[in-house]
This record gives sequence, C-alpha cells and structure tokens, in this order.
Amino acid sequence: MAARKKIPLAFADAFSALETTLPGRSVPWLSRLRAESWDRYAALGLPTVRDESWKFTNLNSLRRAGIVPTPEGVPALDTVPLGAALSIDAHLAVLVNGVFRADLSSLPDAEAGLSVKGFAAVAEDDPDALEGSLGKIADRDALPMAALNTALAADGLVIHLRRGAEIEKPLHILSIGIAGETPVMFQPRVLVTAEENSSACILESHVGVGDGVYFSNAVTELDVAPRARVRHYKLQNEHPAAFHIAAAAVSLADGAAYESFVLQVGGRIARNEIQIHIGGEHAECTMNGAYLLRGKQHADSTTFVDHAVPNSTSREFYKGVIDDTARGVFQGKILVRKDAQKTDGQQLNKALLLSRGAEIDSKPELEIYADDVICSHGATAGELDNEALFYLRSRGIDEATARGLLIEAFVGEAVEQIGHAASQDAFQKVVDGWLRDGAQTRAKDGDSA
Amino acid sequence: MAATAKTIEQVKSVGDKYKYGFVTDIDLDYAPKGLNEDIIRFISAKKEEPEWLLEWRLKAYAHWLEMPEPEWAKVDFPPIDYQDAYYYAAPKSDEDKPKSLDEVDPKLLETYEKLGIPLHEQEVLAGVAVDAVFDSVSVATTYKGKLEEQGIIFCSISEAVQDHPELVKKYLGSVVPYGDNKHACLNSAAFTDGSFVYIPKGVRCPMELSTYFRINAENTGQFERTLIIADEGSYVSYLEGCTAPMRDENQLHAAVVELITLDDAEIKYSTVQNWYPGDEDGKGGIYNFVTKRGACRGRNSKISWTQVETGSAITWKYPSCILEGDNSVGEFYSVAITNNLQQADTGTKMIHLGKNTSSTIIAKGIAAGRSDSTYRGQVKIMPNAEGARNFTQCDSLLIGDQCGAHTVPYIESRNPSARVEHEATTSKISDDQMFYCQQRGLSDEEAVALIVNGFCREVLQQLPMEFAVEAQKLVGISLEGSVG
Amino acid sequence: MLEIRNLHATVDGKEIIKGLDLTIGAGEVHAIMGPNGTGKSTLSYVLAGRDGYEVTEGEILFQGENLLDLETDERACRGIFLAFQYPVEIPGVAGTTFLKTALNAVRKSRGEDDLDAMQFLKHVREKAKTLGVSDEMLRRPLNVGFSGGEKKRNEALQMAVLEPSFAILDETDSGLDIDALKVVADGVNAMRDPARSMLIITHYQRLLNYIEPDHVHVLVNGRIAKSGGKELAERLEEHGYAEFLDAEAA
Repeated sequence: MAARKKIPLAFADAFSALETTLPGRSVPWLSRLRAESWDRYAALGLPTVRDESWKFTNLNSLRRAGIVPTPEGVPALDTVPLGAALSIDAHLAVLVNGVFRADLSSLPDAEAGLSVKGFAAVAEDDPDALEGSLGKIADRDALPMAALNTALAADGLVIHLRRGAEIEKPLHILSIGIAGETPVMFQPRVLVTAEENSSACILESHVGVGDGVYFSNAVTELDVAPRARVRHYKLQNEHPAAFHIAAAAVSLADGAAYESFVLQVGGRIARNEIQIHIGGEHAECTMNGAYLLRGKQHADSTTFVDHAVPNSTSREFYKGVIDDTARGVFQGKILVRKDAQKTDGQQLNKALLLSRGAEIDSKPELEIYADDVICSHGATAGELDNEALFYLRSRGIDEATARGLLIEAFVGEAVEQIGHAASQDAFQKVVDGWLRDGAQTRAKDGDSA
Repeated sequence: MAATAKTIEQVKSVGDKYKYGFVTDIDLDYAPKGLNEDIIRFISAKKEEPEWLLEWRLKAYAHWLEMPEPEWAKVDFPPIDYQDAYYYAAPKSDEDKPKSLDEVDPKLLETYEKLGIPLHEQEVLAGVAVDAVFDSVSVATTYKGKLEEQGIIFCSISEAVQDHPELVKKYLGSVVPYGDNKHACLNSAAFTDGSFVYIPKGVRCPMELSTYFRINAENTGQFERTLIIADEGSYVSYLEGCTAPMRDENQLHAAVVELITLDDAEIKYSTVQNWYPGDEDGKGGIYNFVTKRGACRGRNSKISWTQVETGSAITWKYPSCILEGDNSVGEFYSVAITNNLQQADTGTKMIHLGKNTSSTIIAKGIAAGRSDSTYRGQVKIMPNAEGARNFTQCDSLLIGDQCGAHTVPYIESRNPSARVEHEATTSKISDDQMFYCQQRGLSDEEAVALIVNGFCREVLQQLPMEFAVEAQKLVGISLEGSVG
Repeated sequence: MLEIRNLHATVDGKEIIKGLDLTIGAGEVHAIMGPNGTGKSTLSYVLAGRDGYEVTEGEILFQGENLLDLETDERACRGIFLAFQYPVEIPGVAGTTFLKTALNAVRKSRGEDDLDAMQFLKHVREKAKTLGVSDEMLRRPLNVGFSGGEKKRNEALQMAVLEPSFAILDETDSGLDIDALKVVADGVNAMRDPARSMLIITHYQRLLNYIEPDHVHVLVNGRIAKSGGKELAERLEEHGYAEFLDAEAA
C-alpha cells in the first residue's frame, strides 16, 4: 500500500457530543453497539473515491459543508409540508430531522397487525425489543455510513408486521429535513420486521423545507420472514442543497418477496444503497428505480444482491435521465455464492443523457461461484433515439413536445414496474412534475435566448 | 525468447569490460539476484544504451520503489519477493538442467506435441538447449532484407535503440508512461529486450510479424518491451505466442507493449498466451502481469487486440486503446480460459477522446476446476467524443461448481451523443448440448472442447489462420480434466 | 438387434416406463405410437442413455451387449443414433465441424482412421445433396436459426453420415410440411438395410405413409398395449387411442 495521506475524520466530534443524549444510553448492549459502530466508522472514515464502492461519488463537499452535530437555530415545524412528498392515501409516520413526531403522524391501529413506534421511545421503554434487530442486517463493514448511523441514531421508527397480517393500506414514512443557521445532520433509523406470511406496502418520502444545508444519513433494516411480502417504495426528493445518504439492508427468508422502487429527483449529492441478503430458497427480490437529475445534482443508486442459497431470483431495472451538468451513478452487483445453484439474476440500467456536461457512470457487476445459474446484466447510455424523434416530428409534433414524450416513455418503462397501483400513480405524478419543470425551464431559456 | 540467449552471450562477452561496482567475486557470467540501481546500470551498459535511456530507467526504478502494488484485481497471491529473482538472464549451472528429452517431464512433451511444435523445439522449450535461436529472430533475419526493401523495421528493441534512437526516444513510454502501474514501472526500469516494429507511411506489411516468447531459465523474471509504430496509412499484423517450461516456483512476466497508429494506419495484434499455468494443485506457474496499450493517434486509425489466454497461474492484463484521432477504432477480442487453480483478471479499457470514435469489446471467459476468471473493463467517453460508439459483449461459461466467473465493467459516458451498450451473461454448458454431442459419439471432453470452441468462435475467427488452429487445440487442452 | 425386457424407468422419481418389452430384429423397422405423455420420448432417451432417465428394473440388450452399462457416447459409437424431436442449437460450432468430430469419434471406436478434410467433405456432400442440405447450411452454426424443416433434414443428414446400426426417430414428422417430410422420409428409406434397424416414434400415422414399418406398437401408460402390422397404424388413424386408454383405465 502506498502511504495515503491521512484524511482527518469527518464529524470527528459527533459521537462525544451526542453520545450522552442518545435514547437508551443506560442500556449496556446498546451503548456497546454504538461505541463499536462509532469505532468502525472512525476506522473506515467517510468514504472517498479511493474506496471501490464510492469510486464515482465524491463526498468532499459534504466533508466541507460545515455540518455540526448539535446545530443551532433549527426552526420548529408545526404542519406537515406535503407538496414535495408522494401523494397517496396511507397511514403517515412523520420524522422531522430524524425525530419521530407522533403529533404530526396518523398511525395505523396496531390491532390490525401493523405496529409503528418511535425508535427513541422503544430504546428508552423497551430496549430489549431492539436487540434482535438493530444492526443485525446492515453490514457495518461494507456500509461505513450505516455504522455512523448506528452510532448516532437518535430516533426513527420501529415497524412490526404481525404473522399473517395482510395490510392493505400503505404506510407512508415522511422524512422532513430542515436546516438551521448552521448545517445539520441527522441519522434516522427504521427497523422493519415482517413476520411469516405477512404483507405490506411501505413508502418513504424524503423532502426538505426552508433553505440551507442538511445531511440526512438514513438506514432502514428490513427483516422479511418466510413467505412474507414487502413492497418498499422510496421517493428521494430532498432540498436541492441537501446531502442524502441512505442504506436499506434487507434479509429475505424462504419464499419471501421484496419489491423495491426508488426514485431519486432531489438533493445536491445523494446516494441510495440497497443490500439484499437472500438466505432463503425461492425468495424473490425486485429492485427497480429511476433517477431524474438536472442542474449540478449528483445521484448514486447502488445495489447489491447476495444469493446465498439455491433457487432464488433477483430482478433489477433502473432508468436514468440526466440533464444539464448533473451526474448519475449506477452500481449494481449480483453475487451468487458457491451453493446457490439455479439462481436467476437479471439486471439492467439504461441512462439518457440530455445535455453536454451530463454524465453517467455505470458499474454493473457479476460475481458468480455457482455454475447452474442464469445471470445477466446490461447497461446502455445515449441520447434520445433520433429516428423516433424524427418520426414524431414527421407527424407534426414539435421538437420540445416530441422530446418530452420520448423522455416520459423512457422513464415510464421503470415506473410501470411498480406493482402497487396507487403507488405507481403517486410516483408517476412526481415524474410528470419533474418533466413539466424541465419543459418550463427550457421554454424560459428559449425566451431569454 | 531469443533475447535471453543473446543476452547470455552478451554477458559472457562483456565480462572483462564490466565496470559497475559489483563485488569482485561474482561469477561474471551472471548478474546477481535482485534489483537495484547497479543492476539497472549494468543492464543498460550491456546494451550500450544512450544516457537518456539509462536516466529513464533509473527514474522508473526510483518511482517503482515508491509505488504500491495494484490491489484492485480479483487475484490472490503471496507478496512477490522482487529481490529473489534474476533481472538479467542468469541460467544456473548446467548440472541442474535436464540433459536430454528423457529427463523432461513427459507431460510437458505431450503438451508440445499436441501443439504441433516439432521435437527440436520441444528440446529448446524444455530448457535443454538454451543457446538455440528462436523463431522471432529467425523470422526477422529470414525476411529482414525483404522487409527492409519496403522500409519496414523489425528488430529487437535493443537494436532499435542503437539503430533508430530517434524513433525509440520519441515513442517509448509515450503510451504507457513508466509510472503507469507497478508492473509497467518495473518493466521500464529493468526491461532486457523485446521487439520493435516500424511500418513506414503507406506500407502494408506483406507478412505477419511474429514473436515467440518463452521464459526459459529458472528464477528469472521476464520483462520484454514491445514497441510498434504504424505510420500514416500503413498496416501490420503482429502475432505473439508464449510458452514456458514447468517450474515449481512462480515466475514473473511483466511485459509492456505499446502500439501507436498515425492517420489511417492499422495494427492488428494477436496473442496466444500459454505460459505454464502451474500444476493441478496450483504449484508453480507464471505471474503474467502485462501492460498492453495502443494509442490511435491519427484520424481513421485502428488498433485491434485479439487474445487467447489459456496459460499462466495469474493473468493480469488489460490491452487497451486510447482513441485520440477522430473516427478511430478500437477492438478487443478475448478468450480467457482458466482451469485448476488459475486466476485471470483480464479485460480492456477503451478511452474515447476523438469524435466518432468507436470500440467493440467481445470477451469470453471460461472457468473450470477451482479457477477464477474475471472480466474487468472500462469504457470511457470523454466530453469531446461526439458521436462515439461502444458495444460490449461479455459472456462467461462455468464448468463445474468449484470455479468462479466475474464481470466488472466500468461504463462512463460524458457525451450525450455517444451511444454505449454493454451486455453480459453467465451460464453453463447446457445439459441438452452435452447430451446431443454425446449422442453423436463425442466423449465428455470432446463435447466440452467443441462447445467451448463454438462459444469462443467470434473471438477465434479474429485470429490469423495459423494461430487460430493452435488456439482451437489449446481450448481443448486447457480444459482437460475439467469434466467427468 | 435390440431386446428390451421388463423395462421400468423413472424421471425425477416418477415412473414413466412401467414394464416394457420389445424385440427388434436386424433390418426391421418398428413404429411406436401413442398419445402424448405415455413415455415415447422417455423411451428414446433411455435407449440413448440420457442423464436423469433412470432404469429401475429390467434390461436392454443391444447386439447381445448390456446397453445400460454404457455411457451415452459409447452407445453412440456402438451404432445407436437418436434423431431428436428438438435438435439443440450449438452456437459457434459449424455443422461440418460437428459432423466431422462426431464421425471421427465413431470411426475411431470402430478402429478406423480419421477421414481427412477432403475425404470427409466428399462423404458428406453426396449425402447432403440428396437431403437438400446446402453447403451454406453446413457452414452455419449447428441448428442455430434453422427452421423446423432444416433441423430435421440436418438430423437425417447426420444419420446418413454416421451410418448407425440402430436409429431412433423421435417425432421426426413434427414441424415438417409435406415436401420436407418426403425429403426426410426418402433419406431414411434410402438407409433401410438388412443390417440396420429403426425405431420410429410418432404420434400420428402420417409419417408411416412414407416410412413403412414392419411392426407397429401402441404405447400407453408406459407399456406396450398392442402390437401389430402397419394396419394397426391405420386403425389408430381412424379410431384414435380411445379404446386403448379405456382399456387401460378399466
């Protein structure tokens, strides 16, 4: 190894500043877990582009953002700003700067089988309930930012889905970031346990209000028991100045099914990472998503599927539209372990570059140690199909409209993969809004030119 | 390689003139083990190199000392003791060598027989006769006159340094700078010989130029350096074959190949690499750490790499193209076969700088036994590469459930008018295919060889005829013992 | 030539052949007919020795030798040829390359020398011509992108080139139009020989109009339900398999 210049640890004083304020601090195992996680983060450091998994996402601007662990002048929030969030009829759990706000939430009746509690409250009142799940799925060696979250998470949600419960009405987690006079960071932690044969649809909206810089470092752990089915859809629509780093770590047991969709449209620098461990046969996972970027946005979609047992299936389909000087990153890895015969893993990322200065970096990856498998991946990058554009224009459609139609159709291929109809509509609205904003900006630019 | 024999001669002849601070009790037929500035000065002096080249070597050496080993490849081996190798051809005393073919491992002879290499060459390859002259040189000498008529220069790089210093100085290290990576850096410091080709403007080289490399002596590293320049409107097809005798210890092969094409020129570079892969238990074998890169400097120029990698304990190799000239074309066709405990991490880089540049990557990886085969490739479209195109197809085939096949592409596009397509698949030979072949009378091994040859066809058909036959046989031989 | 005694065979643990007896003499052409799913194709795979087709009881003697002791390729080299219902595609392997490899494997087992390229091409071209297989088709990767008819003609060509002593034709008529059927049938008929036996597996009687069998057997539920001459095939054409199915059910 070359002598790398030692980079000072980012947020170095965060643990000492916050440790004594964390819920359940008198619980020995919890304190120990936090301390170990902090040590792990401190050893790994804030990832740099020298870390293979972060090759395309540079966090230097986060490092330099002047974020303090205990910020001042953070305004209070009394009403729920729904504008930027998914619009859907659902139970609502609100987090403001990572803190669960029961007063702003409308939670389901636990009698029906879906219980939603604040993480801090559980850590204080019933810490043993966390011991079996907190930090059990998120691999802190592979996810240094998850280690940071585990060390510092002050609140979040604990979601429990009772055996056999089939919950029709989705649960919508709304995470709101508000910046104070000094840039703030927060570490929401969401734990989901789906017992055998249960099913539910969980949505997340990550939005910001006001102006200023905040950094949301979110971690969700999902434990999906045999034959349970979890739909997990996420909208990342953070404030344009915000930093968003999130990891969802998922464990799938026999016959479990997990369907994910992630739409990234917000933030200054954003990364959504999904790690799926398939430990049960005949489990199925689907990871779809889209990233729509403009300005100087940077969004990274990184996924990892670990096929550890035979007879499991994974499907992944991402689409990206990148305008201006934005940069999209897609990294998807399929690991098939030695005994995971009959694995069927397919993955595809397609990106559309709309302007000079836009960039897409794709790294699809297969690591395969079993022979009787069918695995494939594909990646494309390019501009709109000129022939299609010409065809539409030859039918009398003006160029701007034709481009709009084609981009909409391109993104639509991803959105229509969403299995839950009402959720699909909610995401489609966000996509439509993004396309409209783009059309208006273009029209304005046209006027001024 | 012929250069080995030649350098031995040089070492012998230079004995008395030797003047660079070695302790006096050294047997002057040998350069001592290990690498240091003195050894580099010694090598350079043997070759009567100009001062600038020595300086360049020394700069590379200083840099090499500081450089980290590349650690990103998916290969695993104990740290190399660079001081435990000879950097200047240094055969041990004759007692250690087999004295006749009878003493050579029959397995080795069997392999050569299958390759159709005649007996006298087997003797040479087996390390019996180190003073034999090799094909690379005989080709050069046989046809040197004919090539010279057309202004083509084909000689060893040592000769080129003497006879064409202006070309060497202009292009050496211009595609692979000495600080590129640790292995290339070592080569820059310590290269002993290699080939040099210059094809003048408008000349289409009338024959395939070829080199047959071999690692012969024990405990030697081999560091050859190849430099090929195709001037405007010229064409050359270059073939490279590699074999090595079986040795229990690992031997390092850190070669550098640089290709340069000017306007409208084309270089086709084909390799069949069959270095000794080690035995069934992974003992011995060559560490093949090679840096190959071509620069399409000129408009409409083309560089095409074709490789069939069946040998070596570890292959670390990424023949690449830097597509600078507008409309230039880069191609990479690769078959990598690993068996037993072999490890291969190979692929390419296609760097698109010029407008309307295009690249094609076809990579076929076959892993058997307990081996690991990785395709690692980068396609990078820079902002000015208007209208650039890339198509990549990577297919992996696994034979048995103890091996691994991996695909790691990096696809980076910074130009909206560029079109990049990447596809990869991993599968095994289907039971249906095996049954069909067996029903027609083919044994397991024949069936596998046939199906794998079919799987690799797109790549194999890129090879010049005489190489294609050898390569097809190699496919079968490499996979022996992988089924049943 | 071939003697099957009390054959029981399973696939994935499920018994498909349930006590089948069949004797085929040298030079004879037998047809096995039966409804879908009665074990016709299973029988052909058992004879050819496909993995996963397990014989649990009974024996198969081929020219006096226990067939079940032999690997698939050994059986092929002894002269057993299976014309597949669905010939598999092998990308990148030219038809000629495949044929040459197969022919030399078979010749080697007979103690004959490899044919050189010229002899081989001469041998193949003659036969290819009568079957309407063009040089272009021979050069293409084996069966890749072939139409149904081309695949079957190619199977017939392989049979002609390899000159087996016992040929199994598995649903050779499926996917063939009438012209192609005639070409294939002519090819097969040309190979009829006192030293060569054939087993034709078919659902429909149609093929038997072109390749006339000496004996016809009805296979129902893994057993021979009835045997007869070619008139049995005609009866089946008229009345279907209902009577045998009913008998079986009763």
